[in-house]
Amino acid sequence: MAQMQSKSRRVNTNRMIIAVSTLAALFGLVMLVWILSDVAIKGMGAINWAFFTELPAPPGEEGGGLANAIVGTLILTVVAAVIAIPFGVMAGTYLAEFGSTTKLGAATRYVADILVSAPSIVIGMFVYLVVVAPSGNFSGMAGAIALAIIMIPVVTRTTEEMLRLVSKEMREAALALGAPYYKMMFGVIYRAAATGMMTGIMLAVARVSGETAPLLFTALNSPYWMESLNEPMANLTVTLFNYAMSPYEDWQTMAWGAAFVITAAILILTVTSRLLLMKRKRT
Amino acid sequence: MAQSIGSTPGAAKKGLLGALSGDQVFKGFTACFAIGILLLLGSMFILLWQESGPSIEKFGWGFLTSAQWNPVLENYGALVAITGTLVTTAIALAVAVPISLGIALFLAEIAPQSIRTPLGVAIELLAAIPSIVYGMWGLFVLAPLMSDHVQPAIASVFGFLPFFSGPPMGIGMFTAGLVLALMIIPFIASITRDVFLMVPTTLKESAYGLGCTTWEVVKDIMIPYGRKGIFGAVFLGLGRALGETMAITFVIGNAHRLSLSLFAPGNSIASILANEFTEADTDIYLASLVELGLVLFAITFVIIGLAQLWMRRMVGTGKKG
Repeated sequence: MAQMQSKSRRVNTNRMIIAVSTLAALFGLVMLVWILSDVAIKGMGAINWAFFTELPAPPGEEGGGLANAIVGTLILTVVAAVIAIPFGVMAGTYLAEFGSTTKLGAATRYVADILVSAPSIVIGMFVYLVVVAPSGNFSGMAGAIALAIIMIPVVTRTTEEMLRLVSKEMREAALALGAPYYKMMFGVIYRAAATGMMTGIMLAVARVSGETAPLLFTALNSPYWMESLNEPMANLTVTLFNYAMSPYEDWQTMAWGAAFVITAAILILTVTSRLLLMKRKRT
Repeated sequence: MAQSIGSTPGAAKKGLLGALSGDQVFKGFTACFAIGILLLLGSMFILLWQESGPSIEKFGWGFLTSAQWNPVLENYGALVAITGTLVTTAIALAVAVPISLGIALFLAEIAPQSIRTPLGVAIELLAAIPSIVYGMWGLFVLAPLMSDHVQPAIASVFGFLPFFSGPPMGIGMFTAGLVLALMIIPFIASITRDVFLMVPTTLKESAYGLGCTTWEVVKDIMIPYGRKGIFGAVFLGLGRALGETMAITFVIGNAHRLSLSLFAPGNSIASILANEFTEADTDIYLASLVELGLVLFAITFVIIGLAQLWMRRMVGTGKKG
């Protein structure tokens, strides 16, 4: 600003920056297409009916599928969600309704934001020390707990945000009718914020269903069907890891298939939740 | 404002005693879960500290500076792992920060209105792809490309530097850093875009009105205004990169030695944990691994803590302006 530059030089600098920035955006788009198309092309090769219905085959043997791993990942995610959603919604309710000015609110908000980005492998290690080591065996339950710990701060913060969007008038109307606070929350506020809270939960589910690191020392993996939550449980991500690192080509193909299924599921969840949110904003 | 309704007893005093205490019970009930989150973090630190006791006792501070990692002699040190984590993260940031800022700038200021939303969604989808898929893609697609084309090309120009010497194997710290960069680009880019969008339109329009070019508006208005937020975004990316496990474990090569060359295989804290934790058969081995986890947790805690602090200040000034 201090010295006057010639106009053409300023315009040229500007053009250059615009070009560089456009290239960066193009790079991002190219990488997305590149990675997704690799996953889709190589993954589709492994996808067939047996992939979804059969147990894994030993290396070298034809056929086999990852049915147990797919079901295992679903179970782990659902159990994690069952633990994390009530926990996160209640903590989020505290932050939005009572914790605006309190020290507890500020501290919880801060810690939740840190936990959102905490290394997931350390969370896996924590659950190993708390659940697996004392009980003496790896278990699906431990895996679900690890995933729940990752979900809780995400659900907490999105719940808080969504509850804050509900108008003050709606609260006052409910309270003026003599409703106690909890009735106002359950009868009015949660309903008003339901779509938003749902998107937050979907995003949290999308995030944990692709997690691998916290499952390595908790749910472990298994080539069999699960019989209870107290034993090592097959899951897609750890299977993907083991198969991709193995020297067998048919296992590596299966790993691409697993990558395709996980990525597709997560992208569908993410896009759906975004559409929900956009629809909500429009109405 | 709305929040004070329930927390001031005065507002509900006229109501029945039952309703009043019901409100307090509800508040206390929700507060328990908030406290639960604090306890979670606290117990993580305490437990990791306790469980790494044998290692802390045996190796002391020397743990952080020893390059030994020998399960046979039961001699453990964190230097190789810490170096690997820092080097890969540094490569990732060096690549990711300029590209992310470019993308954010394009999305916030340069792109035509009609493609901003779809392109923004595309970048967010990139962030949603699980890290294990990045790792696998890095191993099967990027690593061969690196060993056949990129690394020989770099070596032919900069090969005289020790950083780019050694055989081009594809896997190693350099490739791991690049995969990490790919992972954190969408993350930093979308936060920075949000920061840019917080700059008040009136400020930008007055600058444009004075005849500023887009770049001048960015350089003299948007970047100074959003400085804290941008730092916050970069540090959040840094925190992610430090703790990232799967993307790295695939491509870093898992070699436990120090090397000046970036092409050499190495190890990061997270990749050692992923590979060795279930194999730890002695107490001291396990304790050393837990201590590695504690070191990682402590580093990321500080980094993310700082990032959150800056983001908060940014939101604060954003609201005022």
